[in-house]
Amino acid sequence: MKGRSGGTSAVLSALLLVRRPACFPSAFVTVSNPDSLLAPEEVAHAIAALRGLSEERDVDAWRTQHLGRKSRLMGSLRALGGLDRSRRAAVGRHLNEAKAQLGEALADKQAELKARRTQDLASLDVSLPGRPLPLGGLHPITRTERAVVAAFATMGFHVIEGPEVELEYYNFEALRIPADHPARDAMDTFYLDGPDGAAPLLLRTHTSPNQIRYMERHEPPIRLIAPGRTYRNEATDATHEWMITQTEVLAVDRGLTLAHLKGTLYEFARHLFGEDREIRFRCDYFPFVEPGVEVSISSPDGWIEILGAGMVHPEILANMGYDPEIYTGFAAGLGVERIAMLRHGIRDIRRFYENDLRFLRQF
Amino acid sequence: MRVPLRWLEAMVPLPEDVEALAHRLTLAGLEVTDIERTGGDWDRVVVGRVLEVRPHPDADRLRLVTVDKGGEHQTVVCGASNVAAGQDIAFAPEGAMLTDPRTGTPRKLKKSRIRGVVSGGMVCSEAELGLSAEHEGILVLDTSRPPGTPLHDVLGDRVYVFDLTPNRADALCVLGVAREVSALTGAPLTPPEISTPRPGPAIEGRASVEIADPDLCRRFTLALIEDVEIAPSPAWMQERLTAAGMRPINNLVDITNYVMLELGQPVHAFDYDTVRDGHIIVRRAAPGETLTTLDGKTRQLDPDRLVIADPGGAIALAGVMGGLETEITDSTRNVLLEVANFEPAGVRRTARAFDLLSDAARRFAWGLPPEMPQVASARVCRLLAEYAGGRVAAGMVDSWPMREPGVTIRLRRSRIPQVLGMEIPPPAVRAALDGLGFEVEEADGTLTVGVPYWRRDVRVPDDLVEEVARIAGYDDLPAAPLAGAIPHHPPLPARELRERVRDLAAEAALYEVQTYSLLSDADLRAVTPAELRDAPLLKVRNPLGEARDTLRTSLRPGILRAAARNVARGARTVRLFEVGRSYHPASDSADGRPEEREAAVGLVVGVRLDRYGSPTEAGLDFFDAKATLEHVLAGLRVNPDFRPAAAFGLLEGRTAEVSVAGSAVGVLGQVHPETAAVFGVGQDAFLWELDLSALLEAAPGMTEPPAAVPLPRHPSAIEDFALLVGPDVLAQNLVREALGHPLVVEARVFDDYLLEDSDAPGEGEGARRSLGISVRYQARNRTLNENDIAKVRRTILKRFKANHGAVVRERA
Repeated sequence: MKGRSGGTSAVLSALLLVRRPACFPSAFVTVSNPDSLLAPEEVAHAIAALRGLSEERDVDAWRTQHLGRKSRLMGSLRALGGLDRSRRAAVGRHLNEAKAQLGEALADKQAELKARRTQDLASLDVSLPGRPLPLGGLHPITRTERAVVAAFATMGFHVIEGPEVELEYYNFEALRIPADHPARDAMDTFYLDGPDGAAPLLLRTHTSPNQIRYMERHEPPIRLIAPGRTYRNEATDATHEWMITQTEVLAVDRGLTLAHLKGTLYEFARHLFGEDREIRFRCDYFPFVEPGVEVSISSPDGWIEILGAGMVHPEILANMGYDPEIYTGFAAGLGVERIAMLRHGIRDIRRFYENDLRFLRQF
Repeated sequence: MRVPLRWLEAMVPLPEDVEALAHRLTLAGLEVTDIERTGGDWDRVVVGRVLEVRPHPDADRLRLVTVDKGGEHQTVVCGASNVAAGQDIAFAPEGAMLTDPRTGTPRKLKKSRIRGVVSGGMVCSEAELGLSAEHEGILVLDTSRPPGTPLHDVLGDRVYVFDLTPNRADALCVLGVAREVSALTGAPLTPPEISTPRPGPAIEGRASVEIADPDLCRRFTLALIEDVEIAPSPAWMQERLTAAGMRPINNLVDITNYVMLELGQPVHAFDYDTVRDGHIIVRRAAPGETLTTLDGKTRQLDPDRLVIADPGGAIALAGVMGGLETEITDSTRNVLLEVANFEPAGVRRTARAFDLLSDAARRFAWGLPPEMPQVASARVCRLLAEYAGGRVAAGMVDSWPMREPGVTIRLRRSRIPQVLGMEIPPPAVRAALDGLGFEVEEADGTLTVGVPYWRRDVRVPDDLVEEVARIAGYDDLPAAPLAGAIPHHPPLPARELRERVRDLAAEAALYEVQTYSLLSDADLRAVTPAELRDAPLLKVRNPLGEARDTLRTSLRPGILRAAARNVARGARTVRLFEVGRSYHPASDSADGRPEEREAAVGLVVGVRLDRYGSPTEAGLDFFDAKATLEHVLAGLRVNPDFRPAAAFGLLEGRTAEVSVAGSAVGVLGQVHPETAAVFGVGQDAFLWELDLSALLEAAPGMTEPPAAVPLPRHPSAIEDFALLVGPDVLAQNLVREALGHPLVVEARVFDDYLLEDSDAPGEGEGARRSLGISVRYQARNRTLNENDIAKVRRTILKRFKANHGAVVRERA
């Protein structure tokens, strides 16, 4: 492959090309005798000659000859000022008439050439594919997580994030799930190898530790959403994965009630699933909320359970230094995979982490 | 848990629509996941009355039986000897689905001719109904329902299958569910009869208990039942147990199981004559002590395990499983009945340690009330007396060292709307609490509520709010929009950066993958240089398998495996990226947690596509990968440097370190074929990695909104240079050199090629490469003229030569 610089003049040394600002002043003026008028035959002759031309460059030459700056006609027009006032009007009219006729003929010819140029183009098979642009795309989990975050953002919730490798305190104890509590049966936990005597480390089983970590450092009012990966030591099938993306929702303020939770989730459901959605609560149990509810949304196929939620347990508020008589709060935890499966009609949760391009390209 | 409805109905009347009731129970927190039917569907099978039995004209052993099948009479041929006029039987008309007694599979009943007589139906045996293997005679029904009644209304049962939450130990029994039904429907509750006559000689002096570890055993009772006769339990009990999912064994075992299912309290029966001195010690196991449990396995014990012992040693694993030595057998005459209450966490620990999460252990682990043993013990005694001929010894042994007072909760009425956001009318509040067995007194807007002993999950006022709400139902709960000030939103630059990188990588025509955070340690070692392979990894103590036992320190294995999988499935061009966390042991972290760093990785493998999108011979290469990385970094408005570098797992000479503002933030290169092969990638693969945490540190302003720069008002001029450079010169350095001049606003490479000898005769060895650099001159405050440009040009060319040995090529 040869470079553009290959055949460049060494005279210009390094300067291969300078694109100069274009502003050249006119160097000279042709002075003509306005008396040498163009006879009508001359005009007709010039027009006839023009009609015979078929090449663009010949037409350009004709234009230079007859209407260019150095043409007789233009020279005469410039010289008009030197004539007697008595002759100036008549000569001027005559010259301008000639110029108009020539100009009109030129415009016709140019239009003719232009039309021919377009006609000469070969027609295309417009059904052929366009030149392909490569496409990329975001993972459906990323898209869904963003949609969830965006839905809550409209209600003033902001994103926080926390560690995936957690202490038992944040994952369990601070959430009222002490050692050997039966609620741990539903949250089979991966523990990390560690030195004896050190506080055991685990992979968080839910995003709820974010509640504690945030409340420890902040005062109400709180409205947060905390997405991230969570881990459960359980066998995988079409509806269970050992690694799932969860999103925690937490609001703490004066006067918050279970009705606000319902209102918030109602808005969320409308954002993600469209109008005409209804929210149904049923009693459920999570040690860190009281009351606790399982939340379903209405769908053409009936009620679909989408998340667990409830009012933040008053003991937790008190432990965080908030007066539970003044402050109340609600929390919810939803599975991003589950939402993605519902939105896109995905039947098998294992598709998400197989990363098959035939799957990924669908979103 | 399975609750047969006939059993439930014995304690509380059920509404006609049991599906609607299941739904109400579910909404109230006792989730019914399924309603099963025991027996078969028995579609079209009805109750029939035998009107007449006549001999078959052509066969001695067959009869002609005329049956009233509900207004219509039908004569069928029957071979059973026990059929008789006046019996109520199960009648299957032609077309009914029955069980084939020989194969056990369903079969449609067809009209048949038996020894010349047409038989339009059948009188069924138990086997044909799928009830048992009994095929000798027909099933004679004991029913008051008229002929024509569907059989499944008379025989068989429906069963609620519950998936309960672990706070509701009280509901793990028929009585608990019945209480809930009563509270929801208002129907009266009839608990089972527990009073029992105790006509036998006193237990005192013949059995005794000592609780050595009261922290693990809150109450322990013993009753003695003598002269029991082991026999099958009554049919109704067997039916209920079977429907509830338990196999009937004999009256003694069945009664203990029956009471556990009925009242929720596990009980354990010892063969009294095998318990030394009738003396029970409840204690922690001694180190090295062993016990052979009912399943025949010998268990190694330690002081974390609570055992029931007699003076000779352990005889049962408390709350989890009995011992083989003291087991009830067919020759058992006298029963020592243990009904106790154990500390839940201890039982759960032991059950999990031995993988023996039995029905009993689960109930103890969920937390049972210490008030219950006495009740359950009496109930067992009553049933043993009635169905096993046992004589109950007078009195019981009862050790209850730490008796807890009853719980009373004060609930302000105003707390209900404060939590729920809706009012519940006072009568509904009272009805809900009364129905559930709470004792309620009200004064000055405050309810003083005595909690029934079986509701150990109710301890604070908000627990009562939930009780009221779940019985009243959440259907009337309004959906209230949030009001009030929106809290401050602190920025989250790490997330902003990550999400921006995702968008940019997708724009650069890469597809995002998400791969598991846990990998095999072999996969991680394959991307770790030898000198670092001994560094500790974050291993999972209880992994799902070896392939998932180590937290990833690199995103490389995941993306390489994803690429290999796609190639294996036929993809010709694979362009992927992942953004996620990697996990690194941190010796200096205050709480021992590892460091979680944000990283991004991009990978291209495969062939370029042509104008029609068809694969070509040309492979994707280093610069395809680099383009995607450059797109990401340009979109972040950072200016990277690429320098040759060595990096493990990447090919030398085709690897660059990526740095921003002098800090290394990543690598770019061709994956070493050996590394690629480990992950099943057989083609040339090119990848980049960015440490997003490092990138954020190097360019902290990246996520800030950029400040706009006014557009230039004066024209610019472009000039192209053909430079002769040494083979080791980095094009990027010449570009930077040009950009170092204040009047150069843009500089870029436009060409690069190696010279043939004929191109550059006389030029020295080592300077055989031509590099084209295009430069744009522009000043912000004036139009540059020829002289200005010439001056800049001279300066740049001087620096090219002095600093990089690059000279403008002379014409040949």
